[in-house]
Amino acid sequence: MPTVAPLDLDGHCIAAVFMGGVPHFALADGIVHRLDHGHKWQAVHDGMLAAVLDRQGQRLITGGEDGKVFSSAGEIVEPIAEAGRKWITSVAVGPQRTIAFAAGKTAVVRFADGKLREFAHPRSVEGLAFSPRGMRLGVARYNGATLHYVSAQSQPTELRWDGAHTGIVFSPDGNFLVTTMQENALHGWKLADGKHMRMTGYPAKVKSLSWSAKGKWLASSGAPAAIVWPFQGKDGPMGKAPLELGTRGDTMVTCVACHPSQDVAAIGYADGMVMAARFADAREVLLRRPGKGAVTSMMWDQEERRIVFGTETGDCGVIDIAG
Amino acid sequence: MTDAQTQIPVTVLTGYLGSGKTTLLNRILSESHGKRYAVIVNEFGEIGIDNDLIVESDEEIYEMNNGCVCCTVRGDLIRVVEGLMRRPGRFDAIVVETTGLADPVPVAQTFFMDEDVRSRTRLDAVVALVDAKHLPLRLKDSREAEDQIAFADVIVLNKTDLVTPEELRDVEAAVRAINPAARIHRTTRAGVKLDEVLDRGAFDLSRALENDPHFLDGHDHHDHDHHDHDHDHDHHQDHDGHDHGHASPIHDVTVQSVSLRGGEMDSKKFFPWIEKVTQMEGPNILRLKGIIAFGDDPERYVIQGVHMIVEGDHQRAWKDGEKRESRLVFIGRELDADRLRKSFEACQATPAN
Repeated sequence: MPTVAPLDLDGHCIAAVFMGGVPHFALADGIVHRLDHGHKWQAVHDGMLAAVLDRQGQRLITGGEDGKVFSSAGEIVEPIAEAGRKWITSVAVGPQRTIAFAAGKTAVVRFADGKLREFAHPRSVEGLAFSPRGMRLGVARYNGATLHYVSAQSQPTELRWDGAHTGIVFSPDGNFLVTTMQENALHGWKLADGKHMRMTGYPAKVKSLSWSAKGKWLASSGAPAAIVWPFQGKDGPMGKAPLELGTRGDTMVTCVACHPSQDVAAIGYADGMVMAARFADAREVLLRRPGKGAVTSMMWDQEERRIVFGTETGDCGVIDIAG
Repeated sequence: MTDAQTQIPVTVLTGYLGSGKTTLLNRILSESHGKRYAVIVNEFGEIGIDNDLIVESDEEIYEMNNGCVCCTVRGDLIRVVEGLMRRPGRFDAIVVETTGLADPVPVAQTFFMDEDVRSRTRLDAVVALVDAKHLPLRLKDSREAEDQIAFADVIVLNKTDLVTPEELRDVEAAVRAINPAARIHRTTRAGVKLDEVLDRGAFDLSRALENDPHFLDGHDHHDHDHHDHDHDHDHHQDHDGHDHGHASPIHDVTVQSVSLRGGEMDSKKFFPWIEKVTQMEGPNILRLKGIIAFGDDPERYVIQGVHMIVEGDHQRAWKDGEKRESRLVFIGRELDADRLRKSFEACQATPAN
């Protein structure tokens, strides 16, 4: 039987992650809590807006209302960039400790040696992601996405699709780019030929995306079920129906997190419930009963046994699948 | 999930550079009124107050990708409001200041069209500051000045000390011609009482009427704040105010209002009609507001709209002796008043006998 070790915090959880096996919870008030032989915490920002774990799983990169970017690991908090009074609305991590952040219409890449490179845009930078090998930086923006070469001095690639694009991810093999949109849809591009992939039919905005092991599937929120698009074929999900897992009649999926090695997803709902569902047979297991508010962030640990989760109401915790 | 208890009120401040917006904003931030405001500005520049809750945001208009030209929202507001609302305990209300040239429509529509913003906030009122001295010039050279007035719930006619009484009368008549439904305050140095601009509930259908019993009267009404009177002066100027809107002594006005009046309506005719009108004429309609009496309904029905967005709700029971009539005002451009009136009147319920 799965068991839940709760951690009741006060506020909206932006990111719940494992760092070195230790559960961390980054809250909108700028404090990062952790369960490391007891409940400890560290103030980082005056108002946090974005948080992402670096690719080595050793540092939490965060951006805030204070216009600062911090790298934190336990008690060690290091300021790594500043953008004046602009909010830092998005952060992304690449390989070799490269990071990127968005402030207004500018995307900034910070290399491991501290060097900065700015990329200006005519409109706001909404979302950021590095390609798997870190050569390119993807920017979600109004009417499409822009791909910059991080180091080379070459023209960016502009990918056009009308509408406001708010978030962005590369597929793990680097062949596809997918954006979340202001409208209730995802948009995708096959990067080899720029072919469009429209993924529509959601009743709500998609705010959470997660690639399954080896990038075979892309799970998404924004419906009363986790919508899982097949990406095994060379044309991605085109012409194929997605899986619908963990369907509930009365509440929406707000967060998805795929299992590190198996075709299973943890699914978090607007009422705080968490389920796990298997892609092959849609079998479901209840992991956490409904709580106070919507699940905002989840992550599996390396042992594939625990899931750390955060909610918009602060009732966070760690689920142990094996109990 | 639209629980009014937890929805934060949002006031939108529009007005040209020099109209007194910053003065009013500074008063909102510095006067002791027991409330905390988060303020979203385009530039920190003028505001001489250091406050964590002043957020700079680049005005950014997004057209929705649904083929509708008037479906626009402010993308930056969606982002900022979402960020602010993750820590809701910090403030009681939000004020959005727009640049002088801003179109108020996308700002307002953001609070109706984005589901996340809508579930956490409610648009309280659109307040337009107007420079009494320079309005005639503004109306000549820009459509935005007119749009801001047309769209407002509350109009602060500022800098009245810089014009003669005759000029003021003409300016006010021009404002009234553009927007017969707004409440007008004459001020100097943006000296309007803050409770006349904040927490108005102008988009709250039932409160809009409680606050302003003469709403849609078709008569001019305004308050003289600079006289320090506690009560409202309603000037029931005796002219025919319920037809084509008023003729303005200041020309260059392209916005018109069409005020309609009728008896009890047939809901089976009225709803398809208003839907059709807003679908067809949506791009031309800036605002619509109305009180509808339905033949088969013991309650007053209030309705309001922005372009193609229309909302309606029951307000309260009709009182004994109250005249059960229907009133509707359209503010917009290129409206066919005769056709609107005829088709509106055709929605009236036919007497039972």
